Amino acid sequence: MTDVTSAEYVAGDVQLSAAGVGDYWALLKPRVMSLVVFTGFAGLWLAPGHIHPVLAAVAILCIAVGAGASAAINMWYDRDIDAIMTRTIGRPLPAGRMQPNEALAFGVILASGSVLIMGLAINAAAGALLAGTIGFYVFIYTMWLKRRTPQNIVIGGAAGAFPPMVGWTAVTGDIGLPSLVLFALIFFWTPPHFWALALFRSGDYQKAGVPMMPVVAGPRETKKQMLIYTLVLWPIAVAPYVMGIAGAVYGALAAVLSVCFTAFSVLVWFDPTDKWPKRMFAFSILYLTLLFAILILDRAPGGLLG
Amino acid sequence: MGAMSVSMEEFLKRRKARNRAILAVLVGLCVLFYAITIVRLTH
Repeated sequence: MTDVTSAEYVAGDVQLSAAGVGDYWALLKPRVMSLVVFTGFAGLWLAPGHIHPVLAAVAILCIAVGAGASAAINMWYDRDIDAIMTRTIGRPLPAGRMQPNEALAFGVILASGSVLIMGLAINAAAGALLAGTIGFYVFIYTMWLKRRTPQNIVIGGAAGAFPPMVGWTAVTGDIGLPSLVLFALIFFWTPPHFWALALFRSGDYQKAGVPMMPVVAGPRETKKQMLIYTLVLWPIAVAPYVMGIAGAVYGALAAVLSVCFTAFSVLVWFDPTDKWPKRMFAFSILYLTLLFAILILDRAPGGLLG
Repeated sequence: MGAMSVSMEEFLKRRKARNRAILAVLVGLCVLFYAITIVRLTH
């Protein structure tokens, strides 16, 4: 049986890809995409006004595809460090299942398509915001900040915080103050979330030369910063209740969850092992998911939360 | 970044799967554009 070496098959002058459908799917970082879709949907759901269900689905699809496109371009750019880190070595590019240009073309086509459809089918503001989000993630975070400063995920976190604003803008056509609160919620949640991961993966980041906070400033300083960010989250988490976007049930649950998040941070502070950073990382995902789920339920027809 | 080696049979299988995925995406886009057009025309 003839073997096809590398990630491509050369037939004459034409290079044919040997990548599978699963490899293209993996480029989209589906797990990250699911959280982006969820928060984008929350922004759309909470926004005042009406949007046709089909257009709402199109807007969510565009947000999902835009997030996937950013991830694909990110994997194209980061393929050198992905090949060094244990967590990312199995990705399609470092594993040699795909050529870099395939990943780049895939990402650029999806990014252009999602922005174009969002702009034409929904509204220009949502399309522009989606383009800005993809551009921020690719150029500001991936290409500029990630390898240069320990504040990479603090500033770069804005890219992950935009989706609820995009969802909101899809309905209203502009950026409202409540959507900025949703933005702030994800923006200030991102550092403790990623630093919890970085604490138990710092060896990986160090090997790859990525200046994550635990690598540059050490675990003590990282844990202090994480604690500060969880405290900053308290007023932001309850802000939707204060502003009247959500009810008292949300306000109470947001306060309880935020206290728990800070408690995790305190436990991380006193833990010299990886045990509590791992638990805090898992809880951070639950924290954000629950906050947005409660926000959505609070606005459900009939008021599921009273 | 190590290159992978796949058999011709596996290569053809993957290519077929990719072609089917592209077909599904194209059909999906047709449905999507049709739905957007109808909604935009009627609302």
